[in-house]
Amino acid sequence: MNTPETLRQAVAGALRGIAPEADIERINPEASLREQLDLDSFDFLKLLITLQETVGVDIPEADYGRVDSLDLLVAYLQRG
Amino acid sequence: MPSFGADMEAARFVQWHVQPGQALHRGEVVAVVETQKGAIDVELWHDGTIARLVAEPGQEIPVGGMLAVLAGEGEDWQTLAAEPVTVPTAPTAEAPPAPPASSAPPAPAPAASRHTRVSPAARQRAQALGVDIEALAAQAGERAVTLADVERAASNPTAAPARSTAMRAAIGAAMTRSWREIPHYHVGCEIVVEAPLRALEDFNRERPVAERVLFAAVLLRAVAQAVAQTPTLNGRFENGGFQPAGAVHLGVVTSLRGGGLVVPTVHDAHLLSLSELMAALRAVLERARSGQLRSSDLADSTLSVSHLGDLGAESVQGVIYPPQVALVGLGRVALRPAVVDGQVVAARTLHAVLTGDHRVSDGLVGSRFLAALSARLSTLETGS
Repeated sequence: MNTPETLRQAVAGALRGIAPEADIERINPEASLREQLDLDSFDFLKLLITLQETVGVDIPEADYGRVDSLDLLVAYLQRG
Repeated sequence: MPSFGADMEAARFVQWHVQPGQALHRGEVVAVVETQKGAIDVELWHDGTIARLVAEPGQEIPVGGMLAVLAGEGEDWQTLAAEPVTVPTAPTAEAPPAPPASSAPPAPAPAASRHTRVSPAARQRAQALGVDIEALAAQAGERAVTLADVERAASNPTAAPARSTAMRAAIGAAMTRSWREIPHYHVGCEIVVEAPLRALEDFNRERPVAERVLFAAVLLRAVAQAVAQTPTLNGRFENGGFQPAGAVHLGVVTSLRGGGLVVPTVHDAHLLSLSELMAALRAVLERARSGQLRSSDLADSTLSVSHLGDLGAESVQGVIYPPQVALVGLGRVALRPAVVDGQVVAARTLHAVLTGDHRVSDGLVGSRFLAALSARLSTLETGS
């Protein structure tokens, strides 16, 4: 079962493929991921596609605003 | 050696993927070269059989220099291979004569010996981190460059000069030439994009994430169709004159995480449906960002678009990328006060700026382009 920690690892893994220079440990989990890591709309889409493949959760476009920080994203994925 | 843009003069040959005697088709990847834009897969530009490999790993080869001898249909590759190399065959019309380096030792080094000096993983990682892999290889000597070497160089910037320095110099040279030679003009307007955005939200609602379309694709499609109506903005200024292009190949100005820019191409953008254009754009951006661009990705764009995305600036007044004659700058989409049906309302808008070359067109043409672009963005046409 997906725990917050495994989901966090899944997000970290997806981000490594998009922003390899970013240090996941130093991300502020409450602030905007996109702004901190300078993710453009293509990077963000790739993140969501990777998470759909690894975690199996397809986040609809209408919910993009609810998954903008690491904490929010992990919580969203956990709800499935 | 094909040209991958106005800012390229030469490239370092990295490795062959083919051998003499191999029959190949147009578009197949035959070799890898290293430029300021990173490693690029060189594709064959017509069918043929490899007669002889001329370029050797590590050689610096100018644009137009010879890479290999190719036997065409009806030619015997073994006969061609036996002939001495005399006149370098230039693959592009504007190619300068090849200096001695390219016609150097005709006998290629036995395959593989020097090819394994850099692991593919190390090369890809170096691209992502902006590390100059060739400088690292030079330092390593006979030893293979590993992922660990790349990581070390990235954490210690003085260990190897960053590729971003070379890329910055190349961008500087191309933009200086543009600013010196091209009399730029700029015309701009604000476009209300509420309608196509809402239609796109509907379009995406039922689609799984991998099939969704980003608004950037809608914008590029609208630009391609608008410029097809204003042909004096689409083409190349070469040899003192303007040659309009038959097709619209959009150069997409793309910033790299390691710093710098590349401008990969979406071919025939005016003919693609929205989903097709999105797929083409995703594929080319993916290659640009993972350092796996192909020669055709960089060869022949006819108009460039600079769109700084939804985190970017309000508007972009760009510098034309020679030999093109125009550039479209698109700013961030944001909620702004707009007048719709006589009422001031909050609506999502963006600023579009057309930068043109006065040697070829005037502001009136630029204005017509902007009017066509606004019309294309008044609704969402998916084209499928």
